Amino acid sequence: MTHRATATIHGWLLLLPAMACLAVFTHWPAVASFIDSFYSTPRARRPARFVGLDNYQQMIADPIFWKAMSNNLWFALGTIPTSIALALLMAVWVNDKIVGRTWVRMAYFTPTILPMIAVANIWLFFFTPQYGLLEQIVGFFGGRSTNWLGSQDTALYAVTIVAIWKEAGFFMIFYLAALQAIPPSLGEAAAIEGASRWTYFRRIQFPLLMPTTLFVLINSVINAFRMVDHIFVMTRGGPDNATTLLLFYIYQVGFSFWDTSYAAALTCILLALLAIVAFVQYGWLERRTHYR
Amino acid sequence: MDRRELLSGAAALAGSLAISKPALAQSTEISFFYPVAVGGPITKLIDAYAAGFEKENPSIKVKPIYAGTYQETIVKALTAHKSGTPPVISVVLSTDMFTLIDEEAIVPFDPFIKTDDDKKWLRGFFPGFMENSQTGGKTWGIPFQRSTVVLYWNKELFREAGLDPEKPPKTWAEQLEFAQKLTKRDAAGNTTQWGVQIPASGFPYWLFQGLTTQAGAILANAAGDKTDFANPNVIEALEYWVDLSQKHKVHPPGIVEWGTTPRDFFERKVAMMWTTTGNLTNVRANAKFPFGVAVLPAGKKPGSPTGGGNFYLSKKASPAEQEAAFKFIRWITTPERAAQWSIDTGYVAVTPASYETEAMKKYVADFPQALVARDQLPTAVAELSTHENQRVTKALNDGLQAALTGTKKPAQAMADAQAEAERILKPYR
Repeated sequence: MTHRATATIHGWLLLLPAMACLAVFTHWPAVASFIDSFYSTPRARRPARFVGLDNYQQMIADPIFWKAMSNNLWFALGTIPTSIALALLMAVWVNDKIVGRTWVRMAYFTPTILPMIAVANIWLFFFTPQYGLLEQIVGFFGGRSTNWLGSQDTALYAVTIVAIWKEAGFFMIFYLAALQAIPPSLGEAAAIEGASRWTYFRRIQFPLLMPTTLFVLINSVINAFRMVDHIFVMTRGGPDNATTLLLFYIYQVGFSFWDTSYAAALTCILLALLAIVAFVQYGWLERRTHYR
Repeated sequence: MDRRELLSGAAALAGSLAISKPALAQSTEISFFYPVAVGGPITKLIDAYAAGFEKENPSIKVKPIYAGTYQETIVKALTAHKSGTPPVISVVLSTDMFTLIDEEAIVPFDPFIKTDDDKKWLRGFFPGFMENSQTGGKTWGIPFQRSTVVLYWNKELFREAGLDPEKPPKTWAEQLEFAQKLTKRDAAGNTTQWGVQIPASGFPYWLFQGLTTQAGAILANAAGDKTDFANPNVIEALEYWVDLSQKHKVHPPGIVEWGTTPRDFFERKVAMMWTTTGNLTNVRANAKFPFGVAVLPAGKKPGSPTGGGNFYLSKKASPAEQEAAFKFIRWITTPERAAQWSIDTGYVAVTPASYETEAMKKYVADFPQALVARDQLPTAVAELSTHENQRVTKALNDGLQAALTGTKKPAQAMADAQAEAERILKPYR
């Protein structure tokens, strides 16, 4: 055996454990879901049979699916830009030499390490009408009482705010790491040239942070479709599906209704959606991103 | 360790294996999934029951497995069933009966009811609880942790409002009248204290069923394949609920959260609340004022749904395991144990006989509110349960929430819910 062949075998053997895990727990379930989505849900007396695109047709006619899609879109639009902007702002701030910097950094990062179910329970009481934290603040300024989670107009905003609060600190860590990798000489040079703080940020820091922004953007898009834990605690998709997100609906169809084939079809749509987003981001944004 | 020790150790090990083998052959192990849905040391209690049973029946090993919430428990039990190794016993919602039958996951208890003593035991449960446990002439579930909806009221706030603190509302009209007196507003027009609240998050259909029963409607037939959501009585019940908040403004607007309702009551933000008897122990521990517990006010008639969990027996278990499981279920539902379980958790004891036990008599002498749930049972109806149960109840829940948040008129909301339920249930007729 040639040296080259041995090296190839070596390489594949090293890759094998990780590949096996990926194949068994990620690729195969995805493929199986895709196949299942063309069959009817097996029941005890009625085994699964091929139904073609029936599940997808059902989806087009399903108002809750469309509601979940539009909710998810608003949820994504609400969480992604805000949490990234907040993360950047916090990172730039705590990157400077300020008093109690470690404490502020820790405070910003705390929401990330808390379990979502636990914080959702805390937020539930923040949003409680009459004596909840939010109500007390609004009441102090003489505002009217609002049932934040119990009204169709505000429930989606309420769960969006929780998601932003949860995510911003996490993204801040990436920005902070990237900021610290920027050579201080650039800042010194800018100072000598007399550039303003804003110019320095816009012309130097922000472009150098683009790879991080891309990474954070992809993560936040994925999270916008993945973060549903707090929905279970805070609204269970209500009132009247006002906070039903796509993944929450998939869980409901799959494990409350036991309509596994329809859930598989919904999963395929979610996967396709995420794949398109990822391709667009990597294909289009990456070309505009400055890597050093 | 030297070699001699090692050898003797090995010999001892071999010996113990040799001894334990025949013992193993005779003993049956029954696994047992259960959820925790109320406060208190449930896990500890269940483990103690298992140990107590094993002591009296050395040939049977009971393995209780905590499986999360009700929803998580049925997910785990059904997934295990589909993969071929389900738990022998599971405790899941009584309303999941049709789902479990449709998945062919459970067997009826009838083949195990052989002696007169067995028959007497089965007849011993409250009929209100058996409605959700029997269909098609067979018994599919045995009541265990069951509850019902009751009204809690704050006696102090009643006194402040000039009402008799010992007299809860008896009718819908009285409930509205009392609530009007109990609602307080500040100068800016904000309500500081509500008269009454009925939670509507998560599973509004359950509390709504109290109202529909009182309005004289039955939401689904016993076969579980037909619903009656668009019945005029059902619409009347929903109008009463919606009017409480939108017209009379004595009930908080929008969706009242189930989880924070007891807290609202403790904070004196609401004078009367509808919630489960399962909260009894919680309210007793946390209310800093005298409170009363009453049967729900009557509309055309009194009424409330039952709720909570039943024992189910797995179809895929071996006959020996099923027999052992049946023995355990009979053991744990004896009057003394049902009484103790009720005292420890706040659930309603499942047989009239358990209310005649010494322990229960002593408990209710000290805490008469615990008797209200029992007194309501003669008028209680089965919790809404159909084939594709969760999908059908979701249709109703969505309609209720739409009406309560004002996006649909009650009649329209119920017509839509009925149409959706009709579509789902048609294949089952």
